[in-house]
Amino acid sequence: MPAEIYLNVAVSGLLTGLIYGLSTLGLSVIFGVIRIVNFAHGEIMVVGMFVTLMLFRWLGIDPLLSIPIVAVALFGFGYLLQDWVVRRVAHLADHMQFLLMAAVAVILISACLMIFGPDAQGVQVAYALESYQVGPLIVDKVRLIAGIAALVVAGALFAFFRYTATGKAIRACGDNYAGALVVGLNVRRLFALTFGIGCACLGAAGAILLLIVDVHPYLGPAYTLLAFIIVIVGGMGSLPGAMLGGILIGMSEALAGILLQPSLKSAFSFGLLILVLLLRPQGLLGKAAR
Amino acid sequence: MKRLIEGVPLRGLLLLAVCAVLLIAAPYFVSDYVLSVLIIVLYFAYTGQAWNLMIGFAGLLSLGHALFVGIGAYASAALFIHYGIGPWAGVFVAIAASVAAGCFIGYLGFRFSIHGVYFALLTIAFAEFTGIIVDHIRWLGSTEGFFLPVSNRQTVDLLNLRGSQAMFYYVILGLTGAALVLCRLLLNSKLGYYWQAIREDQESAEAIGVHLFRYKMIAVAISSGLTGIAGVWYAFYYNNLFPESTFATGKSIEIILGPVVGGVGTLFGPILGAFILTPLGEVLTSLTEGLKIDGVKQLFWGACVAAIVLFRPTGLWPWISSLLGLDPRRDGDKR
Repeated sequence: MPAEIYLNVAVSGLLTGLIYGLSTLGLSVIFGVIRIVNFAHGEIMVVGMFVTLMLFRWLGIDPLLSIPIVAVALFGFGYLLQDWVVRRVAHLADHMQFLLMAAVAVILISACLMIFGPDAQGVQVAYALESYQVGPLIVDKVRLIAGIAALVVAGALFAFFRYTATGKAIRACGDNYAGALVVGLNVRRLFALTFGIGCACLGAAGAILLLIVDVHPYLGPAYTLLAFIIVIVGGMGSLPGAMLGGILIGMSEALAGILLQPSLKSAFSFGLLILVLLLRPQGLLGKAAR
Repeated sequence: MKRLIEGVPLRGLLLLAVCAVLLIAAPYFVSDYVLSVLIIVLYFAYTGQAWNLMIGFAGLLSLGHALFVGIGAYASAALFIHYGIGPWAGVFVAIAASVAAGCFIGYLGFRFSIHGVYFALLTIAFAEFTGIIVDHIRWLGSTEGFFLPVSNRQTVDLLNLRGSQAMFYYVILGLTGAALVLCRLLLNSKLGYYWQAIREDQESAEAIGVHLFRYKMIAVAISSGLTGIAGVWYAFYYNNLFPESTFATGKSIEIILGPVVGGVGTLFGPILGAFILTPLGEVLTSLTEGLKIDGVKQLFWGACVAAIVLFRPTGLWPWISSLLGLDPRRDGDKR
């Protein structure tokens, strides 16, 4: 096989990886601050994809334009989920929290199934078949736009956590919970905000992902597992790590797809995960375990 | 024997005896359908007990127990199909393979001091990884599935696990009873106290000289071995194995639901949980069948689990046990 094919596949994997990275930011933010592993991650993203699909079907809104709408909608969902439900299990053992989130995931899947049916559905945008050619490289326009959109949203999130007072307060809660309480931060509200922001990332990622993937209710668990792999490879709680992990997994999946067999690509990712857990359990960019 | 019943109030023993007699007599007075439900209940009671040994006794969260079921099932089925070796021998290979897998994961995890959520994710990763690998092994049937020859359901051949529904019922009932006795003995042994020390406070346990690595490995080994036996039973009861459904994370979650609902770390929690959840699932199936809406059952299911986590996080057994006055009389024995 000529080298251009590998290059093309790698670039397409890179762009997909950016979307993975954006969705994983949602998981990482929630874990980094609230210390809860969101096992309903993929399912919440699927909800975002369905919302995008409905906006496209009913109002004809391009998925890219609906990013802010979906993000706001899922922000509200995440805020209420944390404040009404997840907050109540914060003091319980890991496995109870896991089970609650798994139950939320099951509820979301079955709700999607009841409302939208089991079939795969996608959007057809006008620019779906266009592509750019740079030398030997052929890049799908959809994928390129999707990748750039993911970068933009991720950049906005970084800026939020770095420069705004609320963002700093949220990081303070994550770094030192007791300290945050002592200095009078409204931790309950900030946690709800954090969960909302995490879900907003998922909404944005879902809206973008709908450009390249058809949505059906059972898509969720696969993306949940994928996000776990990415977040561990990159480092739990590290935002740049989530993006880096997303890119790595996106590219390695794409390359494993042509080098080995497409069906083996997730085995490849799991293998990578096991390696990282063993050699550097805190992840590539994560801080050492506390 | 003394250690087995020490501290258990008399009415607890009586209740247990009544339940045991009812279960042993069940095949003679229940319908085939009820018996098949009871079989599934006992399967989950048994696997739940095995899972509970890791998390409830030693505090090690595994979310990949389907891996051990799958390894046990595939190992014994492969021996039976390819070499004609029956499960009476295959079960030892299955146990060995499951324990080896469990020890491998445990070794990697504990050696590099991976714990909590990370250890749980490691177990998920191994289960999913193995599922995909088996998917690509032609010798094990790959995606098309691995089928055991359909058995004659009339005769009873215990050594080869070929026989009637009732035989499978008694096998799994025996396993569940044995697991209960084993767990009771382990929990009140020196080993059990070491585990509980690790579960409650790892650092303190290490400080007073509990060899963390060794006792965690023992917990994983026993739990994975017990689960591997369930795998053998599973393969010969269902006669077909598919990598996707055998190793999936959903299967691991099914295993942990019972103990969580019943009460993690209690002896009867896994059994109680299985006796509540499986019939509940059956009732929901029959209730929602008429509605013809996809997903209604799962919706109820998720809501039930969420409700239990939110409102009874210690599980149902501690509550029921105190209602029935079954709590041990000794001080300091309670969880």
